[in-house]
Amino acid sequence: MHTVLQQLVNGLSLGSIYALLALGYTMVYGIIKLINFAHGDIYMLGAFWGYYVINQWHFSFWPALLSAMVFCALAGVIIEYLAYRPLRNSPRIAALITAIGVSFLLENGMSYLFSSNVRNFPQAMHVKSYNFFGAKVSNIQILILVVSIVLMILLQLIIRRTKMGKAMRAVSVDPDAAQLIGINIDRTISFTFALGSALAGAAGVMIGLYYNSIDPLMGMTPGIKAFVAAVLGGIGLIPGAALGGFVIGILETATQALGFSAFKDAVVYVVLIIILLVRPAGILGKNIKEKV
Amino acid sequence: MKKNLKYNAIWLAIAILGYVLIYALEMVGVIDQFAETTLVLIGINIILATSLNLVIGFSGQFSLGHAGFMALGAYSSALVTSAIPSVGGFLLGLLVGMIVAGIVALVVGIPTLRLNGDYLAIATMGVAEIIRIILNNLKITNGPAGLYNIPMLANWSTVYVLVVITTLIIVNFVHSRNGRAVMSVREDEIAAESIGINTTKYKIIAFVLGAAIASIGGALHANYIQTINPTDFGIMESINILIIVVLGGIGSITGTFVAAFLLGILDMILQNFGTLRMVLYSLALILIMVFKPSGLLGTWEFSVRRLFTHKKAKGDAE
Repeated sequence: MHTVLQQLVNGLSLGSIYALLALGYTMVYGIIKLINFAHGDIYMLGAFWGYYVINQWHFSFWPALLSAMVFCALAGVIIEYLAYRPLRNSPRIAALITAIGVSFLLENGMSYLFSSNVRNFPQAMHVKSYNFFGAKVSNIQILILVVSIVLMILLQLIIRRTKMGKAMRAVSVDPDAAQLIGINIDRTISFTFALGSALAGAAGVMIGLYYNSIDPLMGMTPGIKAFVAAVLGGIGLIPGAALGGFVIGILETATQALGFSAFKDAVVYVVLIIILLVRPAGILGKNIKEKV
Repeated sequence: MKKNLKYNAIWLAIAILGYVLIYALEMVGVIDQFAETTLVLIGINIILATSLNLVIGFSGQFSLGHAGFMALGAYSSALVTSAIPSVGGFLLGLLVGMIVAGIVALVVGIPTLRLNGDYLAIATMGVAEIIRIILNNLKITNGPAGLYNIPMLANWSTVYVLVVITTLIIVNFVHSRNGRAVMSVREDEIAAESIGINTTKYKIIAFVLGAAIASIGGALHANYIQTINPTDFGIMESINILIIVVLGGIGSITGTFVAAFLLGILDMILQNFGTLRMVLYSLALILIMVFKPSGLLGTWEFSVRRLFTHKKAKGDAE
């Protein structure tokens, strides 16, 4: 029972990181139907930003988190403006290759500028452990879970309650019709990238704090897994991405706990394929009509 | 039939001329060991990319898991040739690899090809990753260390001959009755179905053929490089093959050749730049895509026949 609870806690904190990343994927996919391969690398940028501001400018955790979100939002908007906007009307696969190119550029550019060594993330917070019904829970795990959930609720509020959110939903349903009723598509798409990238930046800082190490290639695998999470939950759907992230996080820790850690990625993919075959639009796909 | 004979003869002449040219350059010493390796890698990439082009460009199914089939070919061939280090063993290895990759593609394809677009891409990516992870954990494949000391049974002429043969197979398939059916599925699945084409069947035929040919590329890789390990066949490899296809123009075999050569040569030149290499490579990739989104050649195809009919000042309604 203890181990089950312990794994659940570990799975939830890992899952919330995946969920935060998956939200960015799902929003971008929902609005311009692009698998933004560079999203995982924006998460890496966030982690590096956190590393520098904490080390150089002696930021504490919260300012580091917020500034990383702003920084990543800017990075996301710039990438969209320079690399994806010119390709908006070209075949989707061309945009996909561009996204892969941007991902390579960020990974290798960072390796070139800052070397590809693994760095220790500064301990911006004193680690404390609590005993929770026999399971060990660190304050960082609680922090990750709470911050992720707060961010997800905020995101949901932005999408449901604000004018920009309404514009995002409109553009994702039908860009041409949205333009006809006076929605500025370019600005809406930029805003979507800003939102998604900000979440990735937050995830980057928190994963740095949690795993204690960062490197320029850290975004690759979590990026792909987060995308799998988004597809698993039903791509284009905000609750789907959150659900998919948690499912994959828990699945991964569970396989590890059962002693099959070598196969943990394979299990994730097997589950993905089975779900896609049974429910081609993902777990929550089609149940909810509105997409962002 | 007689008419085609002329064009086929010209193609054969081109192929032989290419071989003689490389052979001569090798003799003269223009092509050194380094250039030869580059050429061989370009050749292997051509085999992999044309087979992926068959799946993506002609049947319109977006597969992101080509490296998985390449891995199956590489491991089958490596295991067989390690046991039988002879030309016969190499051919047997090729055959085993093609059969294994074909069967896996069939088993995977039947359920997943029902998915469309990006879902299929993710499912095939998952399949490739599962293959890689299984190879990473099997005893017979020597786990993460991979296989080494594989006998070197492939040289540049083996690669050259196989490039010609696989290209022939793919081009002929595309121009056959089956190939037209495959392309009709790409153009409009519902329309194809309504005129009695079994869309699932043709999608699977293209997928299985693509996988079998990709396994040839893998086998050549194993027998030329002589060491393989599972990390060679990760998502990055699938993406590299995809980049060649898209850069050359989806649905253009000529484009795939051009892109494979350009990227191979670009890679060779950039070797001198050290760590900056990948930065420049990715920048080049983004710029080409932003300014030429349909790929270098689009769907343009080099054709001897057109060259001739052009000369005869149109006419010939072919």
